[in-house]
Amino acid sequence: MLSQKILDELKKIVGPDNVATDRQDLICYGYDATQMEFLPDAVVHPGSTDEVAAVLKLANAAKFPVFPRGAGSGFTGGALPKGGGVVLVVTRLNRILRIDTENLIAEVEPGVVTEQFQQEVEKLGLFYPPDPASLKFSTLGGNVAENAGGPRCVKYGVTRDFVMGLEVVLPTGEIIRTGGETYKGVVGYDLTRLLCGSEGTLGVITKIIFKLLPLPEAKKTMLTIFDSIDGAAKAVSTIIGNKIIPTTLEFMDYATLQCVNKRFSLGIPDNGRAVLLIEVDGDRDLIEKQATRIQELIKPLGLVECKIAKDAAESEALWKVRRLVSPSLRDVNPDKFNEDIVVPRSKVPDVIRVIEKIQQRYDIPIVNFGHAGDGNIHVNVMIDKSVPGQEEKAHKAIAEIFQAALDLNGTMSGEHGVGLAKQPYIHLELKPAQVAAMQAIKQALDPNNILNPGKMFPVGQQCAPE
Amino acid sequence: MENKNKNSEALKRIESELKKCVKCGACRAHCPAFATFGKEPAVARGKVALAQHLLKGDIELDDATYSAMSKCLLCGSCVEKCPNNVPTDEIVMVAREALSNQRGLTTFHSAVGRVIANRSLMKFGAAAARILGPLFFRKVPETSGLRLRFPLPFVGGKRHIPPLAKKPFLERHPEVIPGEPGKPRIVYFVGCMTNFCYPQVGEAALALFRHLGCTVIIPKNQQCCGLPGMSGGDLDTVRELAEANLAALEKYEADYIMTACATCGGALHKFYPNLIGKRHPALAARLKAVADKTVDAAQLLHKLGLKPEETGAGNEVRITYHDPCHLRTRAITSQPRELLRGAPGIELAEMEGADKCCGLGGTFNVYHYESSLAINKMKSAAIIKTGAQAVATGCPGCMMQLSDGLKQHGSSVQVVHTLQVLARRLLKS
Ligand SMILES: Cc1cc2nc3c(=O)[nH]c(=O)nc-3n(C[C@H](O)[C@H](O)[C@H](O)COP(=O)(O)OP(=O)(O)OC[C@H]3O[C@@H](n4cnc5c(N)ncnc54)[C@H](O)[C@@H]3O)c2cc1C
Ligand code: SF4
Ligand code: SF4
Repeated sequence: MLSQKILDELKKIVGPDNVATDRQDLICYGYDATQMEFLPDAVVHPGSTDEVAAVLKLANAAKFPVFPRGAGSGFTGGALPKGGGVVLVVTRLNRILRIDTENLIAEVEPGVVTEQFQQEVEKLGLFYPPDPASLKFSTLGGNVAENAGGPRCVKYGVTRDFVMGLEVVLPTGEIIRTGGETYKGVVGYDLTRLLCGSEGTLGVITKIIFKLLPLPEAKKTMLTIFDSIDGAAKAVSTIIGNKIIPTTLEFMDYATLQCVNKRFSLGIPDNGRAVLLIEVDGDRDLIEKQATRIQELIKPLGLVECKIAKDAAESEALWKVRRLVSPSLRDVNPDKFNEDIVVPRSKVPDVIRVIEKIQQRYDIPIVNFGHAGDGNIHVNVMIDKSVPGQEEKAHKAIAEIFQAALDLNGTMSGEHGVGLAKQPYIHLELKPAQVAAMQAIKQALDPNNILNPGKMFPVGQQCAPE
Repeated sequence: MENKNKNSEALKRIESELKKCVKCGACRAHCPAFATFGKEPAVARGKVALAQHLLKGDIELDDATYSAMSKCLLCGSCVEKCPNNVPTDEIVMVAREALSNQRGLTTFHSAVGRVIANRSLMKFGAAAARILGPLFFRKVPETSGLRLRFPLPFVGGKRHIPPLAKKPFLERHPEVIPGEPGKPRIVYFVGCMTNFCYPQVGEAALALFRHLGCTVIIPKNQQCCGLPGMSGGDLDTVRELAEANLAALEKYEADYIMTACATCGGALHKFYPNLIGKRHPALAARLKAVADKTVDAAQLLHKLGLKPEETGAGNEVRITYHDPCHLRTRAITSQPRELLRGAPGIELAEMEGADKCCGLGGTFNVYHYESSLAINKMKSAAIIKTGAQAVATGCPGCMMQLSDGLKQHGSSVQVVHTLQVLARRLLKS
C-alpha cells in the first residue's frame, strides 16, 4: 500500500488529475491481453521525461514498485502490476517530434500508436516496416520494450532493427541517451540493443530515434494453397533459396483452415491442407517478375491453387483470410493459450508434426498459424477453462511444445516476450549462467528492484545472489 | 433493495456477453470517446471490465463508475471492430440503467437525467415540459424524443439548433398514401427529428417512394423510438415506447418498415430486439418481426432499383458523405454512396474519416459537450477540406450535429439528407 504522503508527492509531480486511485481506475489498469488481472495501488500518467524521472526517483527512495505501461496489449502480462504498486502509463507522451527526410530518421515519444506513425511517415514517401498485428493500438514504446515483430519481418527485421537511439529513464531516476542518429557508432556497450526487448525491467523509454526506409513503390499479394504442410514449408525455403525475399510469408495449417472455413466460406479446395499468403514489394516491374518466378518455383510442390490480387481491394480480400483466423478460434473452444515459438525456417514441418502428436496425446485442439518466413509459429492451445483439468493439461502441453522448439534449435518466444506468462518455462531455454548474467545487469541498473519487479525471471530469483 | 436486485438481474442477463471480452485492446483504435479522453475507463475494454466487476459486486455504482459509463457515444464502432463482437454499446446502456436505478435524480444532474428518471410516459413528458420550458417546445408533444435531444443546457447556449417546422410532418399527410398495385407497401417510421425539425427529409422520402409506385403508410400514432432514453439508461420508458410503436407498426400489412433516420433504424433493427426483447420475452417475437422488416431508406431505394438520373437533376454540385454510426454498423455504407454518385450533377468527394462518429452520441453531448465538440471539430475540418458545397448524410441527428459544428466554424457548407439530394427534381415539380 502506498501512503498518503507518497500519493501527495506523486500528485505534486504529475498533477492531481494524472494520479488515479479510484478502484475503477485501478481495475482499468490491472489487465492486458492475457487473461490475468492484478490491481495496482495507483495509476500515474506522466506528461514529460522529467516527470517520469521524478516518479522513479521517488519510487527508488521510498522503495515502491513501478510498472511501465503502453497500450496494455501485451500477450505475456509484462505491464501487469503483480503485487501492487504504481502503474506508470506513458500514453500521454504521444508526439512525433520530427521526421527527418534527409537523414531518413524520426524521433518519437513512446506513447505514439504504431499505425499513426506509419501513416505519417508514409505521407512523406517513407516507410517504417515493423507491423505487429496490434499496430492499430499498441504503442511504439511497448513495441520497443517487447521488440515486437510482424509479418514483414522476413524481409525487414523486427522493431530492434529500426531503433537507432533511445532516451531512457533508469530505475534510479537518471535520464540517459543511448545510441544516436548515426548509422554507425561503436563507442561503449550497445545499450540500445539491450533495452530493446527488456520488457520494461531496465528503464522507461521516453524517446525513440527510428531509422526509416524509402516507401516501396508497389506490392503484390498472392494466396497459395498446397496439398500438404510440407509443400508449403518447402515453398518457403525454395523461394528464399532462389534469392527472392518476400515481404511476408504467412502460413495457416489444416486445423486453422478448417476453423476459419466453418464460419466463413473461404473457397479452399477439398485437397487444400495448408495455405501460404505471400506478398512481395518493391518496384512495379520487379514485383511482377518476382510473382511470376514464385509461381514457377512452387508449382511442383503440391500447389493446388494460386490466387493473385490484381489491386488493393483484392489484396485486402486475400489478407482477410489471415485476419479471420483470430475471431474463428473461439469456435473451437472459449479459452486459448497463444504461444509464439520460433524454429529455423526449414524445421517448420517438423515442429508441426511434433505438435500434432502432443495434441493427440493430450486430446486438446491445437491450431497453428504464423510467419513461416521466419519460422515463427503461433501455437494456439484451445481449451475450456471451465472444464476441470483442462488448464493443467494445457500447461503440460505447452511445456512440451517449448521443449520441441528448443530441441529443433528454436526459441520459446519470437515476439511476445516472457513477462509473467512464460516465466515458469524460462529455465528450459536459458542456462543458469545466462540468467545470472542477465540478473547482474538488472541488479546494477535497478539496485532496489523497483522497476517492473517480478517479470521475466521467476520470483525468488529476481536478483543475483549477494 | 428492489433496485439492487433489479440491477444484478440486468447485469446477469449480459454476463455471457461480458465474458466474450479478451481485453485485447483492439477497441482502443476505434472508440471516439477514448480518442478524446485518452484514459482506459473511457474505452470499450475499460467499460466492459467495469461492468464485469459490477456484476461481481466488487465496485459500486458510484461517481467513478458513472463517469466511465457516461463516456460513450453508443456509436457501436467498438462492436463493429471487436474480434469477439462484444456488444459494448448494449452493456453501457444496461450499466446506465443500473446507475439511474441506484442513484436516481441526484447523480443525473442534467436535465436529461431528470427527464428520463420519470418512469411513466405521462410523467416523462410532463417532466420534460417543466424542465425545458415553453420557449422552444410549445409545439412538441411531451412524449417526443426531441425533448431529450435538446435538454435545457442547449437551449439558448451557443449551440445552433434547427428551427422547428411550422407544421410537423406527421400532420401533413393522410395515414395511407396508395401506390400502384403490385408495388411494395412501406410503413414509414418517421422519428422526432424529421417530424419536428427536418420535415423536408420526410417529404423527400415520400416523393421518392411514390415515384417508385410504392404505397406509403405513415401511422399517426407512432412515437419516439426511444434511443435518447436508451442512451440515458431509461429502459422502462423505452419499453413503453417500443410497445406503443409495435402497435402502430403492426396495424398495417407491409413489405418493409422504412426509416430515413439512422438512429431510429438502429433502435428498431438492433436495440429493440437485443435490449428490450431479451428482458421482456412476451415482446420478443414481435420486436424481432419488426426488426427483420426494418430497412433504411437508402438501402431500400437501392434495392428497389431507383434510378437517380430520373430524379436527381439539379445544379452541378460537389458533395461529401458522412456515415452515420447507426448505418455504418449495419453495413449500409455503399448504397447511399452509389445512389449519390449516380445522381446527375453530383460529384462525390470522400472526406477523411467519413466513417468516424460526428460526436452527437445520444446524451453524450449533454454530459460531455466539450468532448462532443472536439470530436465534431475533426469532422467539420474534414468536411471543409473536401471543398464540397454540401455534406449529405442519412441521419437527422447527425444533420443537426454537423450543422452545429460547421456553423461554429463559420462554414457555409450545407447539410442535407441523402434523400433530399436524390429527390431534388421530384420536389421541384
Ligand atoms: C491482437 C493482438 C495482436 C498482437 N500481435 C502481435 C504481433 O504480431 N507481434 C508482436 O510482437 N506482438 C503482438 N502482440 C503483442 C503486443 O501487442 C506487443 O507486445 C506490443 O508491443 C505491446 O505494446 P503495448 O503498447 O501494448 O505495451 P504494453 O502491453 O503496455 O507493455 C508491454 C511491455 O512493455 C513495457 N513497456 C511499455 N511501454 C514502455 C516504455 N515506454 N518503456 C519501458 N517499458 C515499456 C511494459 O512494462 C511491458 O513489459 C499482439 C497483441 C494483441 C492483443
Ligand atoms: S471489447 Fe472487444 S476489442 Fe475491446 S478489448 Fe474486449 S475483445 Fe478486445
Ligand atoms: S460505443 Fe462508441 S463510444 Fe461507446 S465504447 Fe464503443 S466505440 Fe466507444
